[in-house]
Amino acid sequence: MTTQANAVREMDDPNAAALARYRNNFLREVEERVEEGEWVKMCMQCGVCAGSCPFGAHWEHSPQKLFMMIRAGQRDAVLRSDAMFMCTSCYNCVVRCPRQLPITHIIHGLASYAHRLGIAPKGQPTREFATLFWNNFARKGRVNELKLTLAHYFKDGIVAGIKTGLAMKAVGLGLLKAKRLNPVEIVGGHALKDLKGFHAIIAKAREIEDRKQGISGK
Amino acid sequence: MAKKEYAFYPGCSSQLKASASNYLTSVGSMCKTLDVKLTEIPDWNCCGASVGYCEGGELPRLAINARNFALAETHLPGQDIVATCAACWLGARETKDRLDASSQLMKETNEALAAAGLHYKAEVNIRHMVEVLIEDFGYEQLKKPVVKPLEGVKFAGYVGCQTNRPFGIDGESFENPMYLDKMVETVGGEALTKYDQKVTCCGGALAFSEPEKSQKQIRDIVESAYDHGAEMIVTPCPLCQANVEVYQSEINKKQGTKFAMPVLYYSQLLTVAWGGSAKDAGLDGQLIRATKLEEIAAKSAK
Repeated sequence: MTTQANAVREMDDPNAAALARYRNNFLREVEERVEEGEWVKMCMQCGVCAGSCPFGAHWEHSPQKLFMMIRAGQRDAVLRSDAMFMCTSCYNCVVRCPRQLPITHIIHGLASYAHRLGIAPKGQPTREFATLFWNNFARKGRVNELKLTLAHYFKDGIVAGIKTGLAMKAVGLGLLKAKRLNPVEIVGGHALKDLKGFHAIIAKAREIEDRKQGISGK
Repeated sequence: MAKKEYAFYPGCSSQLKASASNYLTSVGSMCKTLDVKLTEIPDWNCCGASVGYCEGGELPRLAINARNFALAETHLPGQDIVATCAACWLGARETKDRLDASSQLMKETNEALAAAGLHYKAEVNIRHMVEVLIEDFGYEQLKKPVVKPLEGVKFAGYVGCQTNRPFGIDGESFENPMYLDKMVETVGGEALTKYDQKVTCCGGALAFSEPEKSQKQIRDIVESAYDHGAEMIVTPCPLCQANVEVYQSEINKKQGTKFAMPVLYYSQLLTVAWGGSAKDAGLDGQLIRATKLEEIAAKSAK
């Protein structure tokens, strides 16, 4: 490919651009672009985080492993791992880490960076739910619980949605009866007065962060 | 008792007819007894919750939390921001700490806020309602209004994650925080101090996206409460409350258990013990009715 073609490709593909910029230095990439990434090199590989995770039985890579893989330059294996999406944000690892590293945030940061680069695992359920959640509250400034639940149930199509909906019917009716679910939220729901300002803040923050992470704000 | 005032950050789940509206009801009753005035931060927005990290990234999350701070500074100057939701409190405290520690992030956050004509001066203090109760009042003060001690009721104090880690309540341990047990005892209930799932994660937002994995956590939390002889679980967190209460019927259906363990908020216990009605305590908002507590609420005061 010509230099010019490469340049075009990198503009369209933030992952290619990051690869070109950092080459084999994935640790530096993480330090510069991932939330709290500058702490990764402080990990002393004790493994307490791995043993403290409530979803430890379900991931392939513990935080301890991920941190070593980052230092070993295993960029693809880290950014395409679904391990980060198993984080429940319980903060067990953070309070037990003998070096007090912000492990939860680094894990969140890695997941978010991979997601923004477009290379996080497709169809990963927590990745999908997390995106639904953000988009749900970002619309009106507050969470619309009914729409969030329905969007989640129907993410795999109408049939799957109706099936899940029916399976969870008792729960829904119970919440309705207890006045903890509002059927009217389907048409409106709670919203901010200064929605325009709220959206402008998110847009501006996103623009700055995209610039810092080398992701063009498309 | 002098009236205390706070800038209130109720959060999405505590809104009218939302999943933790019974929490809000009981907090309102509790504060009435304590002569606490909560003024909602005008036009507050969602904190982004923990699961917002993926799509939200860092700066957008910090910026939306700082929007609430800026609104509080402008409209309720000098008042501590008080959150009742664990995630709101955590999201806000993390934002404050992150911005206090980095002038770069502070600058960028204010650049984002300027898009809505706002500015954050870094003057706010973020607190959880539990901190207000313990630090601004104290257990002795909380005991004074008790007219219906919750005698003979056994509670498993389920603290969960985010009111406990990474910040927690000052002076408490992460592995075995005692404040919830102490609150139970303050209002005359029996706290099962040996309850071993006190700080276990309920799965959080992953109860939605990874139901099987989360329901395993929830099963442990409920089962251990039964094993220790609990009649009810009490918690300070709206997501813990919802997950642990709502999914019991699912676990029963799939795994043949017969769980029917009521899951209450600390504020509901205080409200009933202080003489509030079942309605004042939001007990009509339970999916699994807390019959024993309803009976105490219906009794005449001692």
